[in-house]
Amino acid sequence: MSWCCCNSVCTSSSRQLLATSDLSSIPSRVSNVGLKQKRSLCGVPKVFAYYGLKTPPYKLDALEPYMSQKMLEVHWGEHHCGYVEALNKQLEKNDMLYGCTMDELIKVTYNNGNPLPEFGVAAQVWNHDFFWESMKPGGGDMPKLGLLQLIEKDFGSFTNFKEKFIEAALTLFGSGWIWLVLNREEKRLAIIKTSNAVNPLVWNDIPLIGLDLWEHAYYLDYKVTHSSSFLLSAKRFFLMCLSLFPLFSQNDKANYVNVFMNHLVSWDVALGRMARAQAFVNLGEPKIPVA
Amino acid sequence: MAATPSATLPSTFLPCPGFRESCRTLNWRTHKKQLVRKAGAVKVRAKFELEPPPYPMNALEPHMSRTTFEYHWGKHHRAYVDNLNKQIVGTELDDLTLEDIILVTYNRGDLLPPFNNAAQAWNHQFFWESMKPGGGGKPSGELLELINRDFGSFEAFVKEFKTAAATQFGSGWAWLAYKANRLDVGNASNPHPSDEDKKLVIVKTANAVNPLVWDYSPLLTIDVWEHAYHLDFRSRRAEYISIFMEKLVSWEAVSSRLEAAKAQAAEREKEEERKRREEEEEYQAGDEVREMYVESTDSEAE
Repeated sequence: MSWCCCNSVCTSSSRQLLATSDLSSIPSRVSNVGLKQKRSLCGVPKVFAYYGLKTPPYKLDALEPYMSQKMLEVHWGEHHCGYVEALNKQLEKNDMLYGCTMDELIKVTYNNGNPLPEFGVAAQVWNHDFFWESMKPGGGDMPKLGLLQLIEKDFGSFTNFKEKFIEAALTLFGSGWIWLVLNREEKRLAIIKTSNAVNPLVWNDIPLIGLDLWEHAYYLDYKVTHSSSFLLSAKRFFLMCLSLFPLFSQNDKANYVNVFMNHLVSWDVALGRMARAQAFVNLGEPKIPVA
Repeated sequence: MAATPSATLPSTFLPCPGFRESCRTLNWRTHKKQLVRKAGAVKVRAKFELEPPPYPMNALEPHMSRTTFEYHWGKHHRAYVDNLNKQIVGTELDDLTLEDIILVTYNRGDLLPPFNNAAQAWNHQFFWESMKPGGGGKPSGELLELINRDFGSFEAFVKEFKTAAATQFGSGWAWLAYKANRLDVGNASNPHPSDEDKKLVIVKTANAVNPLVWDYSPLLTIDVWEHAYHLDFRSRRAEYISIFMEKLVSWEAVSSRLEAAKAQAAEREKEEERKRREEEEEYQAGDEVREMYVESTDSEAE
């Protein structure tokens, strides 16, 4: 999921580096770190892969008016890009972590609860990739098919699930994420809140939806207006007016979370993730053979 | 931050009350403000108020914008204070000072619900007072001496402080604190158990935690929650920290806090010395009693 080239918005040098290596051909990891190429004995250069900044699956203005282009330019173009660059810089120093997929990297650097320095940035790169894909233009509404059935089975109703999700989001203190996950052991859906960069992969759960609750994710849109869009929709105007009153800052977060649930979340992607998850988790009744 | 009766008007933003007045809030450890009147009268409920920073909101322009203040102080800080008041009304925390509420609700790391609001209210007040218009530059006097002694040089201190602030992942604070406590602290485990006593230390804390819970005396802080710098600096936290150190820090405030901290440490030492002497005297007086006890167990064994 991370082997992609950068978009032109990102000015990082990682755009020059492409992933071309065959994983199986990477030798023992006692190689020279930081070199883009290494001459092997036969003279064939081996390229070591760095991680790239993946673009969201929609244009940066596609989520207007619920998430502005400016917000995406800053969130994706500065924060997410910054994490990718920081990760590449740190990986230069540590060749043991070279060549991992993103999922592996996160589990290894999480180190069973005693995270290595690379964990924060690695997990944030993955988290943000996941977050962009968890949204879509014209999102929101309700999940369908098997996912809706599962939600109704595990939460009672979709409304109840939505309430619990929003409540979890509002009671998270500090920076973190909210996830809808499929718990592998219990074989049921759950809402998890995590701090900072932690994500459910470290407990081997399968995330279906992720919501970024770091302040940088909503501060621009729900704190100040900006002149990028002169034609404000009625909704954004209403949100703008709200922010002018001395409300508790909690209301900004509440607005953001509600807008995410009602207008941004991509249930199609969640359904696809759940379908894939069923390859790893058997959600059906166990088939007991009758002798 | 002092608790005041709820009968006073909520604080509107007044012109700069002057530095001397803000010094009052620096002696935060001295007295518990008991607001109980004489018997028979209604007990006054202590209610925390949002105090304005000791300078106008546009005074730190262009380094920290007025808009940032309007949100950071006017919404975030205000919300912490208001939510704290709601959480403590009618509970046993109601009559305590803010510092005591923090210590009690820290609960050795197993945070009770009012901790976040209480600590954030205190932290932000401390933060506003750590800055001033035309700040920055270098400290002087005893503070500079201690910095040179404990960090090598002022530049080395600045570098370490900036690193701590930049590497606090997620939300939190970076602090310069005066550490004068013994190794066994009452409320939580000491994160620097092998350091000598009585020195300046730089610590970084997550979310709402502050060094009061480790019995340190905070001298300076910088808020590295994203809401503190996102409007002015977007993602460039390092730039925000540099500007803070070069243009905003009020070294006078830090120096006077250091004096207060040292005075308090000296007072505590005297108190402990006195207690130790008293205990010794008791022990010596109790010697005969102890011998008798020993004899009686021997006779029982026979």
